[in-house]
Amino acid sequence: MAETKEFEKENNQDAGYYFRTENLTVGYDGRPLIKEIEMHVQRGEILTLIGPNGGGKSTILKSITRQLKTIAGTVYLENETIQKLSGKDLSQKMAVVLTERMQSELMTCEDIVATGRYPYTGTLGLLTDEDRKKVYEAMEMVHALELRGRDFKAISDGQRQRIMLARAICQEPEIIVLDEPTSYLDIRHKLELLTILKRLVAQNQLAVIMSLHELDLAQKVSDQVICVHGDKIDHYGTPEEVFTPDYIRQLYGITTGSYDPLFGCIEMEAVHGAPEVFVIGGGGSAIPTCRRLQREGIPFAIGVLHENDIDCEVAKALASKTITERAFEPVSEEKIQEALEVLRTCGRVICCVSSFGTMNAGNAVLREEAERLGILETVKEDVR
Amino acid sequence: MKNTKAENTERENTKQKKTEQENTEQNTESQTRVLHDTVALRRVRYTASFVILLLLTGILFIWNVNSGSVDLSIREIGQIIFQRTGDATAYNIIWQIRLPRILAVIILGGALSVSGFLLQTFFSNPIAGPYVLGISSGSKLVVALLMVYFLSISKTMSSGMMIVAAFIGAMLSMGFVLLVSRRVKRMSMLVICGVMIGYICSAITDFVVTFADDSNIVNLHNWSLGSFSGMTWSSVRVMAIVVGISLVITFFLSKPIAAYQLGEVYAQNLGVNVRLFRVALILLSSVLSACVTAFAGPISFVGIAVPHLVKSLLNTAKPILVIPACFLGGAAFCLFCDLIARTAFSPTELSISSVTAIFGAPVVIYIMVKKKSG
Repeated sequence: MAETKEFEKENNQDAGYYFRTENLTVGYDGRPLIKEIEMHVQRGEILTLIGPNGGGKSTILKSITRQLKTIAGTVYLENETIQKLSGKDLSQKMAVVLTERMQSELMTCEDIVATGRYPYTGTLGLLTDEDRKKVYEAMEMVHALELRGRDFKAISDGQRQRIMLARAICQEPEIIVLDEPTSYLDIRHKLELLTILKRLVAQNQLAVIMSLHELDLAQKVSDQVICVHGDKIDHYGTPEEVFTPDYIRQLYGITTGSYDPLFGCIEMEAVHGAPEVFVIGGGGSAIPTCRRLQREGIPFAIGVLHENDIDCEVAKALASKTITERAFEPVSEEKIQEALEVLRTCGRVICCVSSFGTMNAGNAVLREEAERLGILETVKEDVR
Repeated sequence: MKNTKAENTERENTKQKKTEQENTEQNTESQTRVLHDTVALRRVRYTASFVILLLLTGILFIWNVNSGSVDLSIREIGQIIFQRTGDATAYNIIWQIRLPRILAVIILGGALSVSGFLLQTFFSNPIAGPYVLGISSGSKLVVALLMVYFLSISKTMSSGMMIVAAFIGAMLSMGFVLLVSRRVKRMSMLVICGVMIGYICSAITDFVVTFADDSNIVNLHNWSLGSFSGMTWSSVRVMAIVVGISLVITFFLSKPIAAYQLGEVYAQNLGVNVRLFRVALILLSSVLSACVTAFAGPISFVGIAVPHLVKSLLNTAKPILVIPACFLGGAAFCLFCDLIARTAFSPTELSISSVTAIFGAPVVIYIMVKKKSG
């Protein structure tokens, strides 16, 4: 018995994770929803849960924050099981930012942030000067000082999330759990919030567990990614391991359109059929044109692009035919001929570049041919 | 030449460092100043609010002592209260009738408001209150049933028994409201259910009262409409103890109440044992409102109107301030209403609920209109 304990302890220390779960099963009313969850995060790391809506991300987060009874398994916080911690101990270690709206009555943003000091105040909950200073610092950290005196009910979603984050900071936790903190925020506020979070993690050596539904953000901000799918953790690893086009398609059951792991963005489904337009591009110049053609429902061909060209990534998703050349090689005569054949079948040619360099000099031939046929349209580069 | 250059840069560096240091010092200084400014500003408002409430209670106290069917001068009253001398009739009127009644009004009015505040916190619903949710009526029903029973065997109920009976009634209504609140989340629906419970309880009470045959039933009828009349020192003592203990406990719960105001999940994350805390809230609010009903019958709208007025006055909902302010506000509000009930159509006395409804119901309507959310 003693031996197993010793072994367990050693094992735990070996793992060295600040937070981890062991064979965790979560669900509602004793009905298991997701089984055998093994996840772990170190301090200074961000662990992100992704997966389809209604897939159980929130259920997992609720279970590890003790809002929901776990069905089986254990949650460890620094080698202590979370179930054994007192409410106060847990509140000094773990802060949450939830999707539930915080209710407030006649409370300024500063009051809301100050509620984070709750685990540290005395019987009557009075704030000391030290507490007030911590509130001030937390608000400074999220750039919300100007909101201090504002009514919490009368601020925007983005501001509210920053205040909620300040409140979590104020709680001086070792781990923060956030449930879809960027939902309902516009792009600027999404970036702002995640930038603050990232800095916070580095500065205070915090561990962060959050759920996100923006794949592009998850890919960029996370150290580890967990995919919740079906009744289990489907995939667990670094963003590089997880974000492959095929896997994301499968995870979300995407049947139309595609996901580009390099940029973390999605593209609509390509318009199939015989190309009506031929696009000459390179270096990202053709992306707007490709997207416009897709929107207008016009099948198009594009070429000749180098395989490492930024245009190539988008073209592969959107063009009905893409003619490519190997990376770092000059465009070969063979490819030019292939492109010319396609070009002659098209009614229009759109050239997105104004000049050609050594490597894609061959494309100049395409342009000349189009000009000769009188079907050339040019797109000014600065218009894109 | 080189040396001087190096020295120069060094000097400049230190200069820069110094200004930076000064800057940060200035920053923290202004920072703390700003902090203290806002704190001080709020303190002024809080202090002023409490002074206003205390003054109001004081003035209404004196006014109440001074008004009634027998006119007495302030000097006479002072003599009777502080020197305990004076005209025997006047002495009796002050000591046996007016003072116990006024103290009861203060204690029960305060208790009712605090009970309302606790219920509003519990249901996170600004128009929850012991009367609206039918809790007072539940108390009324059980007390009336027991009273009629005791009258029929020619015995009287002790104040302790009255409180226990009222508490049982309050818990019955509360249990029903809790069941309903699990199914409906909208605040208007909850209140409608409460009002319905109230009607059912009142109907049964009326039924019982009508068919009970005893001359004492007149008293019972008055009580069932709500009245502060006929308070004795012994009942004042009992209510002071019950309400006093409950209020002290409530006051020391202000920290978890503050956390609970944010919502259950957030309270839980801050380390509050939510389940235990909810039980405590229910028990405390029920004891407080039961105590009121036992002695003065059901009193309407005080439990909603006063907490709202007090919060607006303080401009905060912090329980540590609102709880004592509610007590004072409730006392002042009920003193004012009881004054009107006693004197407006004297010698006929109005039921206290009619007066509190006139002043309290508009406040409730105002809250509902402002909320709009239904």
